[in-house]
Amino acid sequence: MIQYALRRFVSLVVSLIVASIVIFAVVEVIPGDPAAFMLGVNAQEDTLNALREQMGLNDPLPVRYFNWVTGMLSGDFGNSWTYKAPVAEMIADRIWVSLPLAIYALILSTLIAFPAGIYAASRRGKPGDIAVMGATQLGVAIPNFWFAMILVLIFAINLRWFSAGGFPGWENPFDALKSLTLPAIALALPQAAILARVMRSSLLDMLGEDFIRTARAKGLTRRQALWRHAVRNALIPVLTIIGLQFSFLLAGGIIIEQVFFLPGLGRLIFQSISARDLIVVESVVMLLVFVVILVNFAVDLAYAVVDPRLRSRV
Amino acid sequence: MRRNLIFGALLSVIFLLAALLSFIWTPFDIESLDIANKLKPPSGAHWLGTDHFGRDILSMIMMGARTSIAVAVVAVGIGIILGVPLGLWAAAGKGSWLDELIMRGNDLIFAFPSLVIAILITAVFGASAVNAIIAIGIFNIPVFARLSRGAALSLWERDFILAARVAGKSAFRISWEHILPNITSLMIVQGTIQFSLGILAEAALSYIGLGAQPPTASWGRMLADAQTLVSIAPHTALVPGFAIVLMVLGLNLMGDGLRDWLDPRLRVTRV
Repeated sequence: MIQYALRRFVSLVVSLIVASIVIFAVVEVIPGDPAAFMLGVNAQEDTLNALREQMGLNDPLPVRYFNWVTGMLSGDFGNSWTYKAPVAEMIADRIWVSLPLAIYALILSTLIAFPAGIYAASRRGKPGDIAVMGATQLGVAIPNFWFAMILVLIFAINLRWFSAGGFPGWENPFDALKSLTLPAIALALPQAAILARVMRSSLLDMLGEDFIRTARAKGLTRRQALWRHAVRNALIPVLTIIGLQFSFLLAGGIIIEQVFFLPGLGRLIFQSISARDLIVVESVVMLLVFVVILVNFAVDLAYAVVDPRLRSRV
Repeated sequence: MRRNLIFGALLSVIFLLAALLSFIWTPFDIESLDIANKLKPPSGAHWLGTDHFGRDILSMIMMGARTSIAVAVVAVGIGIILGVPLGLWAAAGKGSWLDELIMRGNDLIFAFPSLVIAILITAVFGASAVNAIIAIGIFNIPVFARLSRGAALSLWERDFILAARVAGKSAFRISWEHILPNITSLMIVQGTIQFSLGILAEAALSYIGLGAQPPTASWGRMLADAQTLVSIAPHTALVPGFAIVLMVLGLNLMGDGLRDWLDPRLRVTRV
């Protein structure tokens, strides 16, 4: 187990190093002079020089990369050129929108998918199963940002149950959660459709196993065997998918935040892109990639803890 | 499940035909603005209504289908043309450093949140349909590499490959002449699925303004324009959305149907 964890950890570090090199190359090397890119064609020479100085562009590439990485490791993400504020502070402000949104969506997705998947598997081939599977086909095909617009149209504009966008802050947790509800539903739906399918097929695999036949043979009904034995075993692959979905939800939130005007990391990226503030773009993208790689690593480890067979296979 | 295949193929073909037809004819010219008739609901003259510039939405949908299909086809093409040879190469040299390198590279691309990287690429290189294609295409490479490697590995164990090796054929010729034809149907099925994901990705990118730029019509762009109008003219948001859903649904059903149809093992177990 320790050997497995170590190998995964090494590949985690390698992934992070390569990812940071790729991001650094795309943002700071390929555009030529990032300072000129950021300031546009009408830039004054002394402004350019000031920005070059701030970004450390006069240093050789390896030094710049090294400074960027060590800076991030010590919590210094540089200073935003357009906002004149430390990027780390800006991220810290906005992560309290993006992270709760992703977690909220993950909870919703699980709450929808588990019953739907179990119900479909227990009625395999019957109308209930076909209806759930049809709904998941639709769920996978619906773009989440369009679903978000439809939710706004129905629940904010027509019924007036929710506001159409914006975020009141966490002073009043109930209002904050309420304003995240429609975005979370929009994010959760396609993921719930995928998760329900995984849950169903994983359960069906389990129902074909010998231990289920044994359970039936000792007198359990089909339903009892399903709930007492199959569901617990079917959860192993499902939990992996849930872990992977977290990163999709965090990244997918970027677009949903646009629909609902939520002041999260997604909006920060877009504002920085249109302001050509590469310092912010670079750091936020690296942070998101870091979180995703870290979550994948945690999922791998959790999986190995639950299923010992995996440890030998790397 | 033959019904799925037929229904899915039918939906996909309708959009394909609409896209092809748009090259020679659309009901209205989408570049001529008709402000007097803006935001009109569906009617006899404009079957799907008009947008905020008075442009005919049916014509825009047809032109948008062209953009969506073109972007998705090229993105899937990039994935197949680069991914399949890499996968076959890795399979031919199973266990070698090359195999290891290709597969680790794949894992790395998989570890990136695709949307974030697509945003990064289009942010630095500028928003355009071409950059959207590249951004989507990159993430198709590991999908096809991994799939073709897996399929090829099981084929390498088979007797007819052994016969070809005994006959003195090189690994390259075996991959090209024997492995590739045998994994084609698998690639077609996966291609259909990736195609539908490409349509969704293109819509998402152009929705946030990082895909095709005006005046090129695109479904995602139409949705972005409709966002502030959704309360006064819901059809401007509903129509492009349904277009995306139907196209993606059609492709997914077709992919599922093709898999069942092309894979005889599944057919047997279903009976």
